[in-house]
Amino acid sequence: MATLELSMQDEVSAPVRRKRKLGLLFWIASLWLAVILTLAILAPLLPLQNPVDMDMLERRAAFSSDHWLGTDGLGRDELARLIFGARVSLTVGLIAPMIGLGIGGALGLLAGYFRGRFETLMVGSMDVLLAFPPLVFALAVTAYLGQSIPYLTVILGVLGIPAFMRVSRAATLSLARREFVIAAEALGASHARILLRELLPNVILPLLAFFLLGVAVTIVVEGALSFLGLGVPPPMASWGSMIGEGRDSLDVAPRLAFLPAAGLFLTVLAFNLVGDTMRALTDPRQGAL
Amino acid sequence: MSTPLLTIEDVAVELPTPRGNLRAVDHVDLSLEAGRTLGIVGESGCGKTMLSRAILQLLPKKAKLSGRVMFDGQDLVRLAPESLRRLRARDLAVVFQDPMTSLNPVLTIGTQLMETIQEHLELDAPAARKRSIELLAAVGIPAPEQRLAQYPHQCSGGMRQRIAIAIALSCEPKLLIADEPTTALDVTIQAQILDLLAREQRRRHMAMIIITHDLGVVAGRADEVAVMYAGRVVERAPTQALFRRMHMPYTEALLAAIPKLETAPHTPLPAISGRPPDPTRPLKGCSFAPRCRYAAGRCHEAKPDLKAAESPEHLYACFHPIQMAEGVGA
Repeated sequence: MATLELSMQDEVSAPVRRKRKLGLLFWIASLWLAVILTLAILAPLLPLQNPVDMDMLERRAAFSSDHWLGTDGLGRDELARLIFGARVSLTVGLIAPMIGLGIGGALGLLAGYFRGRFETLMVGSMDVLLAFPPLVFALAVTAYLGQSIPYLTVILGVLGIPAFMRVSRAATLSLARREFVIAAEALGASHARILLRELLPNVILPLLAFFLLGVAVTIVVEGALSFLGLGVPPPMASWGSMIGEGRDSLDVAPRLAFLPAAGLFLTVLAFNLVGDTMRALTDPRQGAL
Repeated sequence: MSTPLLTIEDVAVELPTPRGNLRAVDHVDLSLEAGRTLGIVGESGCGKTMLSRAILQLLPKKAKLSGRVMFDGQDLVRLAPESLRRLRARDLAVVFQDPMTSLNPVLTIGTQLMETIQEHLELDAPAARKRSIELLAAVGIPAPEQRLAQYPHQCSGGMRQRIAIAIALSCEPKLLIADEPTTALDVTIQAQILDLLAREQRRRHMAMIIITHDLGVVAGRADEVAVMYAGRVVERAPTQALFRRMHMPYTEALLAAIPKLETAPHTPLPAISGRPPDPTRPLKGCSFAPRCRYAAGRCHEAKPDLKAAESPEHLYACFHPIQMAEGVGA
């Protein structure tokens, strides 16, 4: 680099790298996510107690060296359940928005670019899906297919499609007749090329920001569904189902509801913080443009 | 005279609007040979841009196009989409008015240039990179290697327009359409960009259409000028002939409306009074008649056709052409 700068006679400066001040909050949030993710991934390898082993003699035991975070209403180790619960919550919370992002994003891009009858059909069918009460949909599907994590993920993913489709279509609409798209067309770019190389890199930015929001919302919704008994099948733990079970003993052992709730809250908050910072960093557009 | 590269015959464009059909381009005939420059001049909304989009077949989907656009022996209007795409890739390119929006904001300059080059010239990445650097140097960008890693917002307007030109030139087009290429730039940069276009045009022997509202832009650079008003070509002539002796009152009014350096400060600019006619309600007579100083009875009754002046290349559409003793200095 030094030789390059010496050889440059004119005053053109090298591309200026923006100062990357991330702030303490960002680091705390990333650290939290890293810890949670590592624990969730390594859960079966960690020296944890079995999260479904009941010990009826030690119901709602307090914190101890045996049970670091105590036991729940059925005498199961709270720490192990929290960590195994994180596996479920994070799997559902990450994969379901990916389904929405993939399908909804692609449909929105196509609808916004090609317009016409396809767009009308898309917007119409998405409105129908949006108007359908999500809980009724989830109930119907779980009643028909049974409770399992893959079904739960697909249901939540499908419910996310309309929102992603709308974000992606709106972003595409505002870009599709911009001059750089017309210029690409004049240079003989095919539809596929314009969609993938000209529009997608622009549309993906709001979609990714929305995706992180989707992760947070999905974790909460999974919690709500599990709380209602529509989520993961017992005795498997998820943060939502743990809050639901903790409700029975709010007066004697409030920590049983508050510990998973705190985990949920902190993780969702961390996703939002990290997402915001990442978006601000990676968006190459200047201001609003 | 060789056969023209581009011939536009009787092209008309109609856009459906809630207030009725808008005739954006009204039966225009033009032709352009390889290596020559055609200037299309007219005020905002006169159909210049629609005409250029009609040539490129990039009109909005709802627009109705009639007539023929013969390019290199093929009628672009009737070409199948895939052949049209290949032809655009090989032979056509366009530079737009606003360099802020004509570059993709989220891709680096290098990505945009190299992808176009790789697509058109079938080069591998290192060769495309080398070619991009050469192109950027050719359009007068200092330190092109560093520029490749930058995003459009990190460059100034003039710089961006140069990059847009580099991208347009990357596929070695036979015809370059420059749609108001300098309107968004300041005057010193304008001259540089126009000189750059002219230089690259000579080097590549490509045909060029410069669309502008500024007669001064085409004066020194176009071989031929077509003046458009309300969707029609109202005067068309080799540049020198036009500036030596213009026949159409509208051309004269356009020229008079260019601010001149030698006039005293606070002199009112001789603007053309009134507004262009509503394109959804065509007039019976000459479209310019309501604003024309010379308009007389017949002008409001019938549309004048293009007819030849003293030379067959100089066409104008006017019943009462200006009788000028001598030319206006260009």
